[in-house]
Amino acid sequence: MTLFWPDRPGDSLAIRSARVLDPATGIDGAFDVTIEDGVITSLVAAAEPAHGLLLAPAFVDPHVHLRVPGREDEETIATGTAAAAAGGYCAILAMPNTDPVVDSAAVLGALIELAREDAVIPTGFMASISKGQRGEELTEMVELARLGAAGFTDDGFPVVSAGLMQRALQYSAVAGRLLTLHEEEPTLSRDGQMNEGPVSAALGLAGWPSVAESVMIERDCSIAAYLQRPLHIMHLTARESVSAVRAAQARGVAVTAEVSPHHLCLTDETVRTLDTNYKMNPPLRSEDDRQALIEGLRDGTIACIATDHAPHARHEKETPFEEAAFGVTGLETSFAAIYTFLVETGELDLDLVLERMSTGPARVFGLPVPRIAVGERANLALIDLDADWRVTEDGFRSRSANSWLLGETLHGAIVKTIANGRVVHAA
Amino acid sequence: MTEAASVRLPVVRQDDDARPRRHLLGISDLDRDDIERLLGTAATISRSLDREVKKLPVLRGRLIINVFYESSTRTLSSFDLAAKRLSADTMAVRSSGSSADKGESLKDTALTLAEYDPDVIVIRHPHIGAPDLVARATRAHVVNAGDGKHQHPTQALLDLYTMREALGRLEGLHVAIVGDVLHSRVARSLIEALTLVGARTTLVGPPTLIPRGIEQMGCEVSTAIGDIEAADVVYVLRMQQERMSAGAAYVPSLREYAAEWGVTPGRLRPGQIVMHPGPMNRGVEIDPRVADSDVSLISTQVRFGLVVRMAVLYDLLAGGPTGDGLPLEVA
Repeated sequence: MTLFWPDRPGDSLAIRSARVLDPATGIDGAFDVTIEDGVITSLVAAAEPAHGLLLAPAFVDPHVHLRVPGREDEETIATGTAAAAAGGYCAILAMPNTDPVVDSAAVLGALIELAREDAVIPTGFMASISKGQRGEELTEMVELARLGAAGFTDDGFPVVSAGLMQRALQYSAVAGRLLTLHEEEPTLSRDGQMNEGPVSAALGLAGWPSVAESVMIERDCSIAAYLQRPLHIMHLTARESVSAVRAAQARGVAVTAEVSPHHLCLTDETVRTLDTNYKMNPPLRSEDDRQALIEGLRDGTIACIATDHAPHARHEKETPFEEAAFGVTGLETSFAAIYTFLVETGELDLDLVLERMSTGPARVFGLPVPRIAVGERANLALIDLDADWRVTEDGFRSRSANSWLLGETLHGAIVKTIANGRVVHAA
Repeated sequence: MTEAASVRLPVVRQDDDARPRRHLLGISDLDRDDIERLLGTAATISRSLDREVKKLPVLRGRLIINVFYESSTRTLSSFDLAAKRLSADTMAVRSSGSSADKGESLKDTALTLAEYDPDVIVIRHPHIGAPDLVARATRAHVVNAGDGKHQHPTQALLDLYTMREALGRLEGLHVAIVGDVLHSRVARSLIEALTLVGARTTLVGPPTLIPRGIEQMGCEVSTAIGDIEAADVVYVLRMQQERMSAGAAYVPSLREYAAEWGVTPGRLRPGQIVMHPGPMNRGVEIDPRVADSDVSLISTQVRFGLVVRMAVLYDLLAGGPTGDGLPLEVA
C-alpha cells in the first residue's frame, strides 16, 4: 500500500442527472448515480442534465510538492490535500525534495503518520533516489518501499551521474517501485532562468536550453533499454524530449511520461512580462514545443497530466525575476485551466484530458484506477462545465498563491469531489 | 502565438492615479516620437550647458533618489549631476553599507525610500526586473539605470544622440555592435532603439557570446570581424569578465579574443566612427590606438550622457508628450 489517509467510513449520497463520462469504462451518458457507504451502488439512465454537470473519475496527481517537512509556511499535508480535493483529485503523490529530504525510513514514517491524521485525500510519498538528493549514494530503497514509498525520484535535481542512474535502475527492481526523473543536464542548463531562445536573447535572462532536457532523456532511455527496466520521465517540456520518449517506446523501452498544465497552456513569450509566476523549472518553452506536447498527449506518448504543484511563500516570488523561486501552484486550477485554454479551443478532447488526469497516472504508478461502475469505490469529480470563476489570491485552499492564473476567469468548476468513498470537497 | 499561449499578459505597471505614471524601464516604453522628443530636449539642454551658470531651475523641490546596487562610476555620476543641474534634490543609496547588506529585500528597501516621497527613483541592480518591482512597489517614476543583462535605456538614448550629432542622421545608419552581446544590457537596449529609429544593426562576435535567437530582435549576426567594415558606426562592447562564471569558457582566452575580434586601426576604414559604453579594457576589445584616435567618440558619449539624462528626468517630471512643465527655453 502506497497511499495513506485517515480511516473513516464512506459517505452515502445521490447525484441526480449528470453527464457521466468515464474513458476507462467507455460510459458516456446522463445518469442518476447512487453511492452507499462509499461504494457506487446504482447507475440509472436519467434525463439530460439541465446544467453542464459532468461526473468524471476523480483525478490522480503523481507530482505534488507538499513542502513537509521543512516549509510548512508554504504548504502542509492538510492544506495541500485540501487544495487537491478542491481541484477534483482523489489521490496525489508528494515529492521528496523537502528539508530534510525523504531519504530515510524515519522521515518517511513520520510523513505517513501525518497523512493518516491530516490527509484530506489518499496521499502517497515518493522517496529520493540518492541520499540527500546529492546524487552520490542510493537510499535504502527496499526498506523505504516496504514502509510505503510510492516510488523514487530526486525531483528538483537530475541524477547527474550515469553510473548512479544505472545502479538506481538495477536496484529499484528489488524494491519493486518506479523511478521518476527530472531530466536536466546541468552543464547545459547551468544557471538558466528560462527557455533559451529569442525571448531569453531579448531579455538577457540566462537560457536553459531544451537540449539539456532531451539529452538526459536519451541517456536514461538508453540505460533503461540496456537494463530492460521501466522509467518515468517527469514534466516534459520540449519537442525533442517528446520525440526521444516516443522513439524509446517504439523500440520497446517501458518509458512513460507526464506533462504539466502550464507547459501545455503557456509559452516563454509570457516571460516578457517578467512576472515571476511564469518562472518554473523546467521552463516554459516555445509554441512549437507546446504543440509537440499536445501531440504527445494525444498519441499517448505522454500518459499523464501532472501539476508539479509547487507552492512558494509570497516573498520568494515578489523579487526581481532572477532572484525568484522556481515553480507555480496548480492543484486547484489544473482542470479548469486545461478545459478553458485547450478543450474549449478545440486543441484537446475532453475525454482524453479526463483519461490523462486520472486513469493514465493511476496506471503508471500502480494506484487504484478510479472507475465509474456499480460496485466500485466512489472516486468522482462532479464538474460544472458552465460555471465561470475568477482565480484570486485569497481563493486558494493551498497555503500559497503563486499561480500563473491570478486574475484569470476560468470555465469549469469542481462542484464536488469524492475520494475513496468520502465527500472531500463540496463547493 | 495562439490564444492559449497568450492567456495572460498581466499589466505590469498599474496605478490608481488618474494620470498614469510614466517610467523608463526599457526602450520598449518608448515609441519613435518619444525618442525624437527626448533627443530634441537633450539638444535644447545642451545649449544651456554652454552658459556660465549651467544650473536650470526647472526641477526645484523635486527629489530624485539614485539606488545603485552595482558598481558604477559614469552612470551614477551622470544621473547625480543631471539631477543637480536641473535643481532637484538628490540622494544616493548603494548596496554596500545599506540594509541590502543586512539581507533586506528590494521590495522593503523600495517601500522605505517611498516614504520620502521621491519624484524619481533611478535604479541600477544586478538582477533583471528590479526596476519593474520598484515601479510596482512605489509611486515614484522609475528610471532603469541598468538591470542585469536586460536593459540600460539611457545608455541607448545617449548613444543615439551621439550618433546623430556626429553623422547628422539615424535613419538608414548601419551600426556594427562588436563583442560580448550575451552579457550586455547596453547591446539589448541599443538594438531595440536602433530598430525603432530605422537604423540597421549587425552583431559581430564569437558565436558563444551571441545569444541564440537574437536575430529576432531585428538585427543581423556575423562571426567575421571583417563585417564591421560595411558599418557607419563600430560600437564596441566591453568583455565583461566579471559576468563570466568560472568554467563557463565562452572564449578560450582574452588573447585569442583580442586577436580575432579586437577593434584595431587596421580593421577600420576611413569615415567610420567608434563608440564604447565604457569602461574599456584597452588591448582586449579595443586597441588603445583606436580608443585615443579622432574616430573615437567615447568621451563625447560621456558628455552627451549628462544632457540626455537631464532630458529624461525633465521629460518624466516636467515635459512629456503634453509638455506642461516649466519650459526649458524660459529657464
